[in-house]
Amino acid sequence: MTDSFDLSVVDWSKAQFALTAMYHWIFVPLTLGLGFIIAFMETLYVKTGDEEWKRITKFWMTLFGINFAIGVATGIILEFEFGTNWSNYSWFVGDIFGAPLAIEGIMAFFMETTFIAVMFFGWNKVSKKFHLLSTWLVAIGANLSALWILVANAWMQYPAGMHFNPDSARNEMLNFWDVLFSPVAINKFLHTISSGFLLASAFVVGISAWYLLKNRHTLLAKRSIIIASVFGLLSSIFVGLTGDGSAYQVSQKQPMKLAAMEGLYQGKEGVGLVIIGAPNPSKTYNDDKDAYLFKIEVPKMLSILGYHDKDAFVPGIKDIIEGGYTYKNKDGQEVVAPSAAQKIEKGKLAIQALADYKTASDSGNKEMMAYHKKILDENFEYFGYGYIKDVTSLIPKVPLVFYSFRIMVGVGLLFIVFFALVLYLVVEKDIAQKRWLLRASILMIPMAYIASQAGWIVAEVGRQPWVIQDILPTVAAVSRIGVGAVQVTFFLFFAIFTTLLIAELKIMFKQIKNGPKEGGH
Amino acid sequence: MIDSTYILLQQYWWLIISLLGSILVFLLFVQGGQTLIYTLGKNESERTVLVNALGRKWELTFTTLVTFGGAFFASFPLFYSTSFGGAYWVWIAILFCFIIQAVSYEFRTKPNNFLGHRTYEAFLQINGLLGTILLGTAVATFFTGSQFSVNKMNLTNIGNPIISSWQTPWHGLEAALNLHNLSLGLAVFFLSRILASLYFMNHVNSENIFARAKKQLLYNTIPFLVFFLTFVVWLILRDGFAVNPTTGQVFMEPFKYLHNLTAMPVVLGLFLIGVVLVLWGIGKSLLTNYFNGIWFTGIGTIFAVLALFLIAGYNNTAYYPSTFDLQSSLTIFNSSSSKFTLKVMSVVSLLVPFVIAYIWYVWKSMNSKKIDAEEMKNEGHIY
Repeated sequence: MTDSFDLSVVDWSKAQFALTAMYHWIFVPLTLGLGFIIAFMETLYVKTGDEEWKRITKFWMTLFGINFAIGVATGIILEFEFGTNWSNYSWFVGDIFGAPLAIEGIMAFFMETTFIAVMFFGWNKVSKKFHLLSTWLVAIGANLSALWILVANAWMQYPAGMHFNPDSARNEMLNFWDVLFSPVAINKFLHTISSGFLLASAFVVGISAWYLLKNRHTLLAKRSIIIASVFGLLSSIFVGLTGDGSAYQVSQKQPMKLAAMEGLYQGKEGVGLVIIGAPNPSKTYNDDKDAYLFKIEVPKMLSILGYHDKDAFVPGIKDIIEGGYTYKNKDGQEVVAPSAAQKIEKGKLAIQALADYKTASDSGNKEMMAYHKKILDENFEYFGYGYIKDVTSLIPKVPLVFYSFRIMVGVGLLFIVFFALVLYLVVEKDIAQKRWLLRASILMIPMAYIASQAGWIVAEVGRQPWVIQDILPTVAAVSRIGVGAVQVTFFLFFAIFTTLLIAELKIMFKQIKNGPKEGGH
Repeated sequence: MIDSTYILLQQYWWLIISLLGSILVFLLFVQGGQTLIYTLGKNESERTVLVNALGRKWELTFTTLVTFGGAFFASFPLFYSTSFGGAYWVWIAILFCFIIQAVSYEFRTKPNNFLGHRTYEAFLQINGLLGTILLGTAVATFFTGSQFSVNKMNLTNIGNPIISSWQTPWHGLEAALNLHNLSLGLAVFFLSRILASLYFMNHVNSENIFARAKKQLLYNTIPFLVFFLTFVVWLILRDGFAVNPTTGQVFMEPFKYLHNLTAMPVVLGLFLIGVVLVLWGIGKSLLTNYFNGIWFTGIGTIFAVLALFLIAGYNNTAYYPSTFDLQSSLTIFNSSSSKFTLKVMSVVSLLVPFVIAYIWYVWKSMNSKKIDAEEMKNEGHIY
């Protein structure tokens, strides 16, 4: 059979998933970090008995609640969209991918849900210590939830701990610990939650700065700034360290993503890291145009970051498409990279071997089954390439990934300086007098959100066209539904999410304006 | 060769899914309650008490739904793939109902909430009405079937590698036009209102609301019994989707679901005890001033729904049948995860009693005192 379906359904399904994920990711980072900030504040209240800390805790808790509700609303869609829009994916890797989602529900969601009720409504119903424990459990539950969904996401970027079973025509888990503790998963989890901590810290510092500018709730503001700037400084340093780890993992596991992040078309040894630059938008992988309109780079830095060797060869987009360079494979052996065309051939061989295996299996011919399985196993690492028709579709959107990466890194580094400065001034000087910094602190809130979204663009757009790296492209993962249906739901979700975002912002601004006394409900 | 451990794990995970599904139906009292806010609350103060009585439980229902989905994905991924990707519109409609619910409690009374509190209350009404009916209708297709085909080897068709295909352009909406499906949907809706009435009688400290809830209990019990009996009688009389355990072939068997009940006396007992408990909780609450009926009716709901799920999947039955191509029907054997994954998940499931224990402890701590208008005045965080 060679019939085909409307390919635009793939684009609309991708757009719908991206829309949902990006809206969801507006709210989640604040939940991840603010949960801990509130827990620190309540701990101080319980330890000191100072009612002001309770008032501070309750104020931030109110903002937490508003943000949490809309995070829940957008989160449920993401889980079910794997089924509604990516039904092939759900079968092809559901054996591995489903487990973290279920564990997330059992281990994390119930913890959050149960103890959030105590956190909000239990002040007069349970003991101080039990209330404090509940607040900590909400924060831990939220971050445990992040762990499992990020383990699942990391597995999509670097499939580990599994094998392909031709009898069931799907990938099956072989080693749970390999899935949970894959280096990509560990880095991704630590990098992502610490970026959430950073964002929440910026949120608390920024709002507190506004109060100082208005000369209102100054005690709340100063105390909040101390907690948030310490947490923010530690988090931003940790974001940098784990970001370095992530870059190393990307260079080993997803070289095309790294090349797109750098706009690197032609690989070489000792490649520099572009600090500021503009990739040439008309550049294609096989022409002779300059890759950049201009650039300022740090010599050899990309080789150092990506391979921990200043003279390491970093393949560019052209190298990855045309092959021929040497690299270390999963087993640590030096091998020559095949070209994209060769990978496509190998992918087709694997797909055909699966079909032949099935035919042999139906006729009970064990010898032929073994023969075709051998071919399938030998070529399986390129299975997904069999669905690729045009090698250029293997190249992600370079300018988008390139700029997003720089925004993420640039703003991330800026935050280290920012939190250090804020902490110094709030402890050693009178920060209320530094009005320029207070104004800057307010501006840093949207900066944190922009950097956070940019991070997701790097991670997700950078790995296109793959749903599962090298094994399943989006075109083979999508559900067979009409493009019209997906268009309708895309606009439906867009309208509802946007409406709810406006409502959330209006409520949030009003609560902030009212402050802690009039805040709450 | 038959792998009895694998079969046991598949059966175990169908039990877990069934248990989650049945607990979810019990927790739909939140949805039922949302449709009663204006019926039981005659002024803003009463409505606030009712909303807050539900508001401290809504996330539990929501989380159970999410976990039900996640567990289904992990244990029976072919169902996830086939049903969600095929019956697209039904699932999207259900999801839409739950999106608008998730923000409504938190946003309802907040100043400057953009849409106004009436809109958020309308969202809660929509969630309560459509959410319950659509969930019940979707579950009824476990017995009535849907029009889809499944061919895993379509993966090898490079131009169109689609494993599951829905065979009607309605993508699940057709299920709502089937009267048998609809009878379960409406039964779930009225049951959720019964449970909500009992919950309010148990948890709200107001004589007026107690009296109105009691009246609503009666008004909703009558249609519930009509639709539930319609569904059950139809179910035990209809042909079912049986599986030949040796060949895996699916075929139609007269009175299959009745046979399943008689072949599994424990399940039959569970079903009958469940129905009796449901009626006992309702009856005692109607005839006396009893306020703990929620527990009898709630536990009865869990037992009866659990039994329905079990007869859908156990005893060589296709739990997600295809009326387009019988051999595409999903059974707990042909749609499950691998033995290894089910084993891993089974270890994780050992946490479930611990989870239930802390939920119970928190529920007990938070519900030790009935909610009333006075508490609303003193509470710092109200919906």
